[in-house]
Amino acid sequence: MNGLQTDLIAALPELFVLSMAMFILLADLFLKPSNRIVIFLLTQITLLGAAFITISTHNPSVSYAFSGMFVDDSFADVMKLMIYLSTSLFLVYTRAYITLRGMFRGEFYALVLFAMAGMMVMVSGQHFLTLYMGLELLSLCLYALVALDSDNARATEAAMKYFVLGALASGMLLYGMSMMYGATGSLNISEVASALLNGSQDKPVLVLGTVFIVAGLAFKLGAVPFQMWVPDVYEGSPTAITLFIGSVTKLAAFAFVIRILAQGLYVLAIDWHGMLMIMAVLSIIIGNITAIAQTNLKRMLAYSTISHVGFLLFGLMSASMNGYISSMFYIVSYVLMTLAGFGMILLLSRKGFEAEQLDDLKGLNQRSPWFAFMMLITMFSMAGVPPTLGFYAKFAVLQAALQAGFLWLVVFAVLMAVIGAFYYLRIVKLMYFDEPIDHTPINNPPEMNMLLSVNALALLALGIMPQRLMDICAYAIAHSLQ
Amino acid sequence: MTSLPLLSLAIWVPILAGILVLFTGDDKHASTARWIALLGSLVAFAVTIPLYTGFNFADGGFQFQEGFSWIPTFNIHYHLGADGIAVPLILLTSFTTILVVIAAWEVIQKRVAQYMAAFLIMSGLMIGVFSALDAILYYVFWEAMLIPMFLVIGVWGGPNRVYATIKFFLYTLLGSLLMLVAFIYLFYQTNSFEIVDYYRLPMTLKVQVLVFLAFFMAFAVKIPMWPVHTWLPDAHVEAPTGGSVVLAAIALKLGGYSFLRFAMPIAPDAAHYLSGFMIALSLIAVVYIAFVALVQQDMKKLIAYSSISHMGFVTLGFFLFNSIGLEGSIVQMISHGFISSAMFLSVGVLYDRMHSRQIADYGGVVNTMPKFAAFAVLFAMANAGLPGTSGFVGEFMVILGALQKNFWFAFLASTTLILGAAYTLWMVKRVFFGEIANSHVAELVDLNKRELLILSTLAILVIGFGVYPQPITEMTHATVAQFLDHMAHTKIPAGL
Repeated sequence: MNGLQTDLIAALPELFVLSMAMFILLADLFLKPSNRIVIFLLTQITLLGAAFITISTHNPSVSYAFSGMFVDDSFADVMKLMIYLSTSLFLVYTRAYITLRGMFRGEFYALVLFAMAGMMVMVSGQHFLTLYMGLELLSLCLYALVALDSDNARATEAAMKYFVLGALASGMLLYGMSMMYGATGSLNISEVASALLNGSQDKPVLVLGTVFIVAGLAFKLGAVPFQMWVPDVYEGSPTAITLFIGSVTKLAAFAFVIRILAQGLYVLAIDWHGMLMIMAVLSIIIGNITAIAQTNLKRMLAYSTISHVGFLLFGLMSASMNGYISSMFYIVSYVLMTLAGFGMILLLSRKGFEAEQLDDLKGLNQRSPWFAFMMLITMFSMAGVPPTLGFYAKFAVLQAALQAGFLWLVVFAVLMAVIGAFYYLRIVKLMYFDEPIDHTPINNPPEMNMLLSVNALALLALGIMPQRLMDICAYAIAHSLQ
Repeated sequence: MTSLPLLSLAIWVPILAGILVLFTGDDKHASTARWIALLGSLVAFAVTIPLYTGFNFADGGFQFQEGFSWIPTFNIHYHLGADGIAVPLILLTSFTTILVVIAAWEVIQKRVAQYMAAFLIMSGLMIGVFSALDAILYYVFWEAMLIPMFLVIGVWGGPNRVYATIKFFLYTLLGSLLMLVAFIYLFYQTNSFEIVDYYRLPMTLKVQVLVFLAFFMAFAVKIPMWPVHTWLPDAHVEAPTGGSVVLAAIALKLGGYSFLRFAMPIAPDAAHYLSGFMIALSLIAVVYIAFVALVQQDMKKLIAYSSISHMGFVTLGFFLFNSIGLEGSIVQMISHGFISSAMFLSVGVLYDRMHSRQIADYGGVVNTMPKFAAFAVLFAMANAGLPGTSGFVGEFMVILGALQKNFWFAFLASTTLILGAAYTLWMVKRVFFGEIANSHVAELVDLNKRELLILSTLAILVIGFGVYPQPITEMTHATVAQFLDHMAHTKIPAGL
């Protein structure tokens, strides 16, 4: 009985979110469409409640649950809090957008909560199967979300692509996991790690398993050469869903990578860090160079994501504590930037009009100097120009890579960052130097305007005072990884 | 001595004033924006004056130091301090900002608040560059300064402004990022981002050369040295008058200053080792760019090339490693700040009336604008290095320094006195003298009070420092001595 109690306490946030998701699904049946705002509020309350539970059950020690399949440690808690926060922002940014496009339905919110539960399991999984279950829960919800606007042919196509390729990646991941199981005799992350330490396994099987696992992970992250789906899905999905895929889910994907590579397979770092290095380099090259040619803002941000993933891998490939902390800092910064960036597209969209072409940003400084300034901060942050958060994110991963001895790779990465700066500058150019072609007033709910401003200003404020965030990341990693 | 954080005030007063100006909003309140900007720039200048009056001339180290731990994870500090090289440049910066604000008074009618704010914020950031003693703090100021400049050129610039401003930004960013890599490398050697710790770090020649080259990329672009100077003429031509003034008077000095603050003292052996290379680049800039200036059709472009040529003198003086050459370089930096501001403002005066910078569109301006012509001739003479103007002092000292080192260096450097006179005076001749070229020139109106105020202030400074340069040399003397002493000791570990 006592064991069950600890199990339940460790998984309390997940249980709460799941029950609320089901409750919302039911409650939606009894609500008139005009009262649907209640669903939105209930979802926000769920997030708040989950955050409350996570914080109040937090302690710095690591506790395992469900026979070691599930873990509640500081890393999981911090990542979950980030997931709640970014999901909450995501919901505020998208409310007006989905209302105008007929997606403001109970299913939307239920799916988001289910997806979030999946992410929470990914963050807390300590067993290949738990992790995989979380991933699939997330992925299935995402496929459905992309296709939610069923009259939209582009979105349906994107969902199809996402599904087929996503299933393929999951398959690779599973295959890799099964090889690990074959070699080590366990699916439990900690047991795999200690079995690997003994080092009596068949090396080719391990390496092959690692290759498949890394390939699967790279697909989920969107690293080159597994990036093909990213631009198509980003462009085809309704912008609201793109925002979700581009920001919140990356947190889960990162946690997933940390759990498997840094916790489970750290002994094999010598094998996977070379793979990550190649993917990092390729992602930075292809992401940055291809982004220049884009005219569609969402596609451009998709390639920008790919290059950000490259930088993220720079931190991970160092395979050191410093590297993991830096990449965690990077992913958190990245999510905040992406939320602000896509938030701005949502802000400029209106009924029957998607502000997804670069030209739609033209002359924004004349239409709304305030939001032009917010976008300016976001773009410079993505480009990694101080005094914004993006600079410290790049700084952190580059110093980690340099500490690990990759001097010339770092030099290469900064040269590519200059190319990257070009397309962010182009957006600033469009907003500030060009005349507007569209004079429609920007009209959005006040809470969205306010939170988006806070979001963008946070990029600046955290750029001036990054220490707290660094401390949080250091705390999370240091208390969770050996 | 006061205990006020003078350097912090010098940095943050203009930045806060700039933010305040932004809040005046759109052009309906343009005149409020102008007055707040003027007031802000005056206060910002006022808070830098104690840096001169309170300066200890006998001390060659960092004064007015202040600091606290900023990002403990990486041992980064908010650490400020200024020595005899930084203080004159800080004063120059805060002073120039006032000129820029006044110069834009009626000229800028579009998005006034944003324009004024950009210059005020930029001024604070540049002072930050001159006073930061922590590498990352320095880097943050250095890069952040690009953002307002990018906008200034892009929003208020000429027809080809987008190309120019993106080129400016990317060029500078490329250099700076390599510098960042060097900083991180040095961090792992010393576990600190304190610049002073880097001064003490022993390094082998090979490492020093790499570190020096990383810094070189950043600073050579900024100064700019031949052959990475090509962004400057573009940026100058497209920038509004204020932008050109800040670029020429201060932004170029950031590069020069940084050579003295980072590249040379951190890697002294590499600096000696590569001094031949650096002197060669400097002399190419002095001579070759002067010829390039000679053939320019556009007044601003001509002055831009003239700036590059004069900055060649500055870098030449750095790598002579003698005190007269180095002090000459510093005097030259300050003096060029005044003269190039004056030249660009003069072009601005003409441009506001005629909307052309082509030399061919002018002729006989002296007939319609006699007062202005007098100023223009004075500044042109100063640019050419006429004795009695500040332009002469710096060049002469550098030439003397070069003579101590090698006759031919001095010989090549002195050709600038001829070439500089040639391109500047020829331009003056074509623009100001002769018959009135066309009906537009005939309709020109002479200087108004505002323009008269700016140009006469600069004229007083140019002549004042030409006759009596001691205030600058006194201030830099102890710092230069200490610097040369540091440079004279090798940092290569024994046995290597």
